[in-house]
Amino acid sequence: MQSQPALDLSPQVSDDVRKTTCYMCACRCGINVHMKDGKVAYIEGNRDHPVNRGVLCAKGSAGIMQHLSPARLRAPLKRVGPRGSGEFVEITWEEALQTATDWLRPLRETAPEKLAFFTGRDQSQSFTGWWAQAFGTPNWAAHGGFCSVNMAAAGIYTMGGSFWEFGQPDWERTKLFLLFGVAEDHDSNPIKMGLGKLKARGARVIGINPIRSGYNAVADDWVGITPGTDGLFILSLVHELLKAGKIDLDYLIRYTNAPYLIDARTGLFLRDAHDTPLVRDRRTRQAMPWDSPSIAPDLAHGVERDGATHLPVFRHLADRYLAPDYAPEAVAEKCGVTPAQIRAIAAEIARVAFEEEITLNRPWTDFRGVRHETMTGRPVAMHAMRGISAHSNGFQTCRALHLLQILIGSIETPGGFRFKPPYPKPPEAHPRPHARHAPGQPLDGPHLGYPLGPEHLLIHEDGTPKRIDKAFSWEAPLSAHGLMHMVISNAHAGDPYEIDTLFLYMANMAWNSSMNTSQVMEMLTDKKEDGNYRIPRIIYADAYSSEMVAFADLILPDTTYLERHDCISLLDRPICEAEALADSIRWPVVEPDRDVRPFQSVLLDLGHRLGLSGMVQEDGSPTYRDYADYITHHERRPGIGPLAGFRGNGEGKGRGAPNPDQITRYIDNGGFWIDHIPEDAQFYKPWNAAYQDWAVARGLYDKPQPYLFNLYLEPLRKFQRAAEGHGPHQPPDHLRTRLTRSMDPLPLWYPPFSEPEADAFPLHALTQRPMAHYHSWGSQNAWLRQIHGHTPLYVSGDIWTEHGFTEGDWATLTSPHGRVTLPVVRMDALNPHTVWTWNAVAKRRGAWALDPKAPEATQSALLNHLIHELLPAKGDGLRWANSDPITGQAAWYDLRVRIEKAPAGQSVSHPDHIPQSSPVPAPAGDLVHQTKT
Amino acid sequence: MTTLPQSTKTKLGLVIDLDTCVGCHACVISCKGWNTENYGAPLSDLDAYGANPEGTFLNRVHSFEVTRDTAPPMVVHFPKSCLHCDNAPCVTVCPTGASYKRVEDGIVLVNEDACIGCGLCAWACPYGAREMDGVEKVMKKCTLCVDRIYNENLPEEDREPACVRTCPAGARHFGDLADPNSPVSQLVAERGGMDLMPEQGTAPVNKYLPPRPRDTLATPDLASLCDPAPKAATGFLGWLDRALERL
Amino acid sequence: MHPAPSLILFTVLSGAGFGLLIWLGIGLRAPTGLAAFLLFGMGYALAGAGLLASAFHLGHPERALLAFTQWRSSWLSREAVLATATLATMAPHAASSVFAAVPMPVFGWLGAALALATVFATAMIYTQIRAVPRWHHWSTPPVFVFASLAAGALLVGRTGLAFGLLLALAIAMIAHWVAGDRQFARAGSTMGSATGLGALGQVRLLEPPHSGQNYLLREMVHVIGRKHVYKLRLIALGLGALLPALLLLLPASYVGFGLALLSHLTGLLAQRWLFFAEAEHVVGLYYGKR
Repeated sequence: MQSQPALDLSPQVSDDVRKTTCYMCACRCGINVHMKDGKVAYIEGNRDHPVNRGVLCAKGSAGIMQHLSPARLRAPLKRVGPRGSGEFVEITWEEALQTATDWLRPLRETAPEKLAFFTGRDQSQSFTGWWAQAFGTPNWAAHGGFCSVNMAAAGIYTMGGSFWEFGQPDWERTKLFLLFGVAEDHDSNPIKMGLGKLKARGARVIGINPIRSGYNAVADDWVGITPGTDGLFILSLVHELLKAGKIDLDYLIRYTNAPYLIDARTGLFLRDAHDTPLVRDRRTRQAMPWDSPSIAPDLAHGVERDGATHLPVFRHLADRYLAPDYAPEAVAEKCGVTPAQIRAIAAEIARVAFEEEITLNRPWTDFRGVRHETMTGRPVAMHAMRGISAHSNGFQTCRALHLLQILIGSIETPGGFRFKPPYPKPPEAHPRPHARHAPGQPLDGPHLGYPLGPEHLLIHEDGTPKRIDKAFSWEAPLSAHGLMHMVISNAHAGDPYEIDTLFLYMANMAWNSSMNTSQVMEMLTDKKEDGNYRIPRIIYADAYSSEMVAFADLILPDTTYLERHDCISLLDRPICEAEALADSIRWPVVEPDRDVRPFQSVLLDLGHRLGLSGMVQEDGSPTYRDYADYITHHERRPGIGPLAGFRGNGEGKGRGAPNPDQITRYIDNGGFWIDHIPEDAQFYKPWNAAYQDWAVARGLYDKPQPYLFNLYLEPLRKFQRAAEGHGPHQPPDHLRTRLTRSMDPLPLWYPPFSEPEADAFPLHALTQRPMAHYHSWGSQNAWLRQIHGHTPLYVSGDIWTEHGFTEGDWATLTSPHGRVTLPVVRMDALNPHTVWTWNAVAKRRGAWALDPKAPEATQSALLNHLIHELLPAKGDGLRWANSDPITGQAAWYDLRVRIEKAPAGQSVSHPDHIPQSSPVPAPAGDLVHQTKT
Repeated sequence: MTTLPQSTKTKLGLVIDLDTCVGCHACVISCKGWNTENYGAPLSDLDAYGANPEGTFLNRVHSFEVTRDTAPPMVVHFPKSCLHCDNAPCVTVCPTGASYKRVEDGIVLVNEDACIGCGLCAWACPYGAREMDGVEKVMKKCTLCVDRIYNENLPEEDREPACVRTCPAGARHFGDLADPNSPVSQLVAERGGMDLMPEQGTAPVNKYLPPRPRDTLATPDLASLCDPAPKAATGFLGWLDRALERL
Repeated sequence: MHPAPSLILFTVLSGAGFGLLIWLGIGLRAPTGLAAFLLFGMGYALAGAGLLASAFHLGHPERALLAFTQWRSSWLSREAVLATATLATMAPHAASSVFAAVPMPVFGWLGAALALATVFATAMIYTQIRAVPRWHHWSTPPVFVFASLAAGALLVGRTGLAFGLLLALAIAMIAHWVAGDRQFARAGSTMGSATGLGALGQVRLLEPPHSGQNYLLREMVHVIGRKHVYKLRLIALGLGALLPALLLLLPASYVGFGLALLSHLTGLLAQRWLFFAEAEHVVGLYYGKR
């Protein structure tokens, strides 16, 4: 009696599938949005999309709950209660835009720098930066300075690109993959897909991370390194490889500045009369221009000149890293590893790189005109992100990692690390930073860039910074992404000057996008003697009722990512692949059901009202109707616009006149455009003539720009020389020692600046974002918040035992700056001196339309409360920034703490801020989501 | 019809690779998204934005730590959903016939129209694969996306469970475990696929691939790798000279 | 397992009701008229109340009729069928006793057999669950059956029989506890076998799949303190079996019987609460809990 119910095995899945780009994190995967009855029914990955090939992470699939979130703002808001209270009234868009115009117009006409415009996880930075430039304020940046500028800047300066948006491991061919530090959020799906490929063929994955979670859990080998010591560990690997002679000399001679001679007197390159760096020819034993035909560059010996011996870069490098200071025995204890582990990993790198080399039979021609019949790969690839970068020694550590990859010849070779167009792009090909402003005038150039020497700093004659965040000043000379995390404290202190209006977009600065969060909230609400706020005006644009909303005077509500146009542009933070150029769009797959507008269109409207150049036509009408119109018609250079695909008549690739049908073509093509690099141009990109020509044809550059990798980074030496007293641009005296030490032109390691706190604060505290969450968004998502709704403090087995913790206990973490109290959980797969918790979960009571008793508020805390933007006072009368001295990157992984068991009866986490009123109605009850009826 | 079929034509199921799963919860949410919108009642979320949110999920990812005597501790991410057992105790206990195992492919399903919400099947399952929906009060479980895998409205490549389609690391595999030549069966054979709680006698169809041996990087024999020259009397520079000559 | 009040009430009340019907069915006591009305009425009421209580446990009681269909494989379905059959079969006997003062022993005996089978089926619903090792043991049905028979004997006022059955119940309870305490280990399910990772080392839960509650944890993971368990076992044993047995040794009186019955039912509620609360479902292993 087998009778089964009859099932409909082929139900209609949806009425319509709309293909757009995800915005649940910065990964920018392609998504298929299934629509039923005009409503979003289901979201899955787009199989054709280059970023995710059909897969989608938890965040992406939960996008539907983000789109339907009760925390969505509903209309423009004007503050009526005191700042921070969250008391607002809804106003019309006309009133909101008029208010903003009335505030901003006088600033533009008198002192444009009094507008500080900072955007957070903005994916339209080339647009917001362009707007700020037109406004004329030097004070614009996004949140890279808080996030990972060390990684980006070290990569650009060393080799013309870095990880994530700049490049990727050759997942198809790599045989050994090393993953350094916390790296689970960028770039999320491609790394998981890559790891999956490695696992499918049994390639070895080595995780070097204090915490064995996530990707490190699947690592075949795990090194539970002590935070902040990665640079030392890497340089010890370099020591071992040099000692064993396991380096790719041919690669170093051809593609790096290893043979450049260094002037023994200045530390700068020895140059000829045409300013061309010189190398020693092994045959003639003479110094010759590096690009002389048929030269045989020496790496070992120098030349005598003017009574001094000028040695090649490689010789300096070998002398430094072969020194016993870098021997495994000398560094192991500091790194929390054993000498055997270092040796084993060095040997494995050497074995795979040189005994399992890959040869592709693909002829190619280098920029010198030399034809190569094959491509030789060293199939060792590496990846790192914020884990090694968010330290005060992060820039040099990232440099060290790039050095390691270059020494074994794995960059841009098969099986190694590969750039994604428009990278590689050396620092010289990037702009310099600009800050010259004048009333009523646009800025003199793009805000951010790569200084090549002290002459490019953004400082006044008297040395004071031109930017409110002090980016590109002596305190942070190479702060290529700006220093968003310093804006509020500097503006509050009126240092280097006071501002009038703080304009933030998608930057939760009153919460998880600031260090020292509690005090930042006080700064935002602090008043002068005259009763006015110290930061007089705050405009904030966000789609959700985040913590920051309560601190603004005017709220411009944004749409969700399914209700707007966007472009993922090559001018911005591209989504290319190592073998292809690609960009993509978002488009409104549904119309907003609230009185909200896409921020970029609002910005164009404001620009028109303010009469900003490029946004208003001669007859006074707006240049661009809205952001979609800008995306289609804006040209950055002639023929180069925000989108590279379907230009001109629709066939244009990279270059071409604006095409009015461009967005339609993107939609028809699945929301993206992709253009594959010819086979012979897919490797050795910085030196491959075919790639260089292709890149010019696509508008990535205007002429071929081959370059050599900077093992020795001459711009750093220029800053160092200034600190030593040479040249017209001199740092303030108190910074000289630090600059001399840190701006070493060869990678080095020095202890994190928090090291002196070690006696009183013996433990390291880390924070990492759950893979299922992105910044603040995940924890108000009905589905995701159930997975990670609180932030227990994971403590190592050693700490657990030492403090006698048992299940259900709470602990207080104290740093030199503050304390948090959280429930504890034991974790043995953890560096013994380290504790950690999840980032991006804790919420302030009343924010994000959550119940004030939500576990995000009562069982959770941000470690941001423990981290100050300044180091503790040292008694020298100065307060030093808690950041990398080269880039100014916030050093939040330097955090040191001590731990105590909390008294019994603790049931609510600390800090427990007073609730803020919610500007949107709090939902109640149960959720049953289904579009079908 | 709660008697189990004597045999099924195919045994469709999942092979989950514990060596590869990074614990990202992608499968959890894509499952939630698909199944709240498709087969049967939606998967509700009680107190969704409140102090105690609690929803129905058909697939959840646990994280375990394995401490070892002579090697560093491991962390293993562990996705778990219905194992579609051959000897499914959840089916035979059902008083109404709502629970059944399909003759065609062995998928264990709940006919929600016949479910009285007694919860006994959830008790009978050793794996925690069944959850009673808090709003609809019917038993929910993994359907192996029975409404996807044969769905002619989907492109052929998409006819696989939502969790498999979405898994970024490729740690989930779907196929016929009755066919020894199927890719999933071969994977199970190659990698030593295992049953969960075999002592429960459920004969699960889903298999788990154990983590590969961890932390085995051998103590190196640098000498065998080392170009002998750097250690020779002329030292590093001598080696460098000779090495450059050879280029 | 979660000690759901509806299930505790159901098993205790319906057990007592069916126990009473068993004795009435075989004519151990053959009341007529009002006495028959009261006794049969009590039997039907208790059994019916139990069934009603169990209906509260259902998500969709309106579909309960479907539960009569799967008697071939499902003990729960069998219980439904048997309970209904008991009540139906016993009806002529009961009606005839009340209204005609003439018992109908054929229906009575058949009904009694069905009632006994019903109680056994109830027990088997739990006993069959392999995933709850404490229940999955031969000692489970005797507890249910002796409890039912003893309550019935108390209700029909048979001192000697009740005394014997209460002692049997005491032994059954002890046997169930003693065996039950070893059952989880005997079943062989561990975090190692649950995850398949046992061969690699010591397995521990690091992070549950969701930070909040879920149905499985609420329904199947009930952590109860060991001290608490022993106290409740003493109450269950003392009030459920030993005290009523002692009371029966006193000179017979309605008060004595009433107290014995009250004590027995109270003890039995404690026993049933423990029956659920102590029972560890193997799914707890996935949550690091038992």
